[in-house]
Amino acid sequence: MTALEVTLRAVAVLAAFLVLPLLVGQTEHKVMAHMQGRLGPMYAGGFHGWAQLVADGVKFVQKEDLTPAAADKRVFRFAPAIALVPYLVALSAIPIHPGVQAATLPASAVFVLAIIGVGIIGTLMAGWASANKYALLGAMRAAAQLLSYELPMVLAVSSVCLAAGSLSLAGIVTQWHWWWLAWQAPGAVVFLTAAVAELQRPPFDMPVADSEIVFGAYTEYTGLRFAFFLLSEYAGIVVMSFLFAVLFLGGWHGPYAGALGWLWTVAKAFAIAIVIIWLRVAWPRLREDQLQRLAWLVLVPLALGQLLLTGAVIAVTGS
Amino acid sequence: MSGLVPGILKGLATTVRTMTKPTHTAEYPDAAPELPPRSRGVIALLEENCTSCMLCARECPDWCIYIDSHKETIPATTPGGRDRQRNVLDRFAIDFSLCMYCGICIEVCPFDALHWSPQFEYAELDIRDLIQEKDRLGQWMPTVPPPVALDEHSADPAELAASNKPPRAAGLVAGGRPARVARPAAAATTAAEPTPPVEPMLPPRRRGPSAAELVARASDIAEQQENGGEAR
Repeated sequence: MTALEVTLRAVAVLAAFLVLPLLVGQTEHKVMAHMQGRLGPMYAGGFHGWAQLVADGVKFVQKEDLTPAAADKRVFRFAPAIALVPYLVALSAIPIHPGVQAATLPASAVFVLAIIGVGIIGTLMAGWASANKYALLGAMRAAAQLLSYELPMVLAVSSVCLAAGSLSLAGIVTQWHWWWLAWQAPGAVVFLTAAVAELQRPPFDMPVADSEIVFGAYTEYTGLRFAFFLLSEYAGIVVMSFLFAVLFLGGWHGPYAGALGWLWTVAKAFAIAIVIIWLRVAWPRLREDQLQRLAWLVLVPLALGQLLLTGAVIAVTGS
Repeated sequence: MSGLVPGILKGLATTVRTMTKPTHTAEYPDAAPELPPRSRGVIALLEENCTSCMLCARECPDWCIYIDSHKETIPATTPGGRDRQRNVLDRFAIDFSLCMYCGICIEVCPFDALHWSPQFEYAELDIRDLIQEKDRLGQWMPTVPPPVALDEHSADPAELAASNKPPRAAGLVAGGRPARVARPAAAATTAAEPTPPVEPMLPPRRRGPSAAELVARASDIAEQQENGGEAR
């Protein structure tokens, strides 16, 4: 791989990383509005407020960049980058077309799961460095949430890896058959639930529950750094949607997969992103103890059962 | 747990159903709002009808109407006739920073000089600009909607009833004044003239008491007062 190719791939991933979260964000604006009987943004950019998030970005840039006097300043300033970059790295390992992925890794499923877990450190750093009790509480909640939901998520992914006999995302998609939709359905439900919880999206948004702890770990942030945290949330939706599409929906599989495979992957991921938005609109926030209960008493057994089912089917069919 | 799954599915169904329906958003600055009839937006002044009688200014609960006027003498039109005077309106202003939109001024105006207009877009950057003088109040007149149609089976409007009344009888009481037809006592004095056909405005019970009844009632009241005094 030449230096030029590496640069091109990096630029392509960066472009996708900067464009897709905005697309998801704008979709959320509009879908959520219409689900609530509203119109959503209508002015920015002229046509149905398509440039609303651009305008928001301009606003964030103009805002004063505050650092609390009691804060651990270096950690405080560095935290948004820690929260944001893991999703960029994760995006580079996701295959979107037969043979097309920015970084070819032998065990990309493991890599992506590992790198997504790093993002939480940014939230922890933000909460701890803010010298604010709400921020600290939010960070602790985020950490507890990650701990409890990482396990079912890893179990669900390992079930798919077991079914495909491969730890590489591209290998999983290659092995995928349509009847996996039914076979891996419990795992898919577990993965989606755990993904929403990891993204701290409603109904699992206790770390930023505004009625309890202001805005959690991001309470003290303003301007561009706050925007980075928001961007990391939407980048997380993009990464999780792509992961779900690749692991459970067969990625590029579909009619004319040879030419339109990338379109299939993007379309499936986009549909999942809309589902994640839909869950936010439809459901209220869980309580912190209900969240833990759901993770340990429902999702983990369900994921273990899926693993058992996958293993049994493989043992019987001998593939 | 049994009610949980139907519940969360119901939540999803509700939001999707809402998404397929038209939105409720009022795109106000772009689309005019649909106001109910008789909306109270602003008070319009029909200056020609105003006689500077000050009823509105005096009835206004928060004293937000300012009226200045002077009298002008109109010379007699016939030789030896009497000069007449009339009021000329110099200033009529409503301070909409004080107005509470009760509409009492409009109710009391005997000459229909004040009207409700549904226009409401007259916000100002300076509160002092909310005092609208008579030329500005007059500009709202074209925006006043026509009166709402009467309900079915309702009585005729007052002006229609007045114009449909049969002409007054020729024979009048001495002094040129028409008899007050509502008073039975007055009617008794002019028993010779034909009584008016109907008195639709007053039900029979509202007729005044007879002289004998009045005397009896007065003695009753006096008695009560005496008793009350003794009790104390």
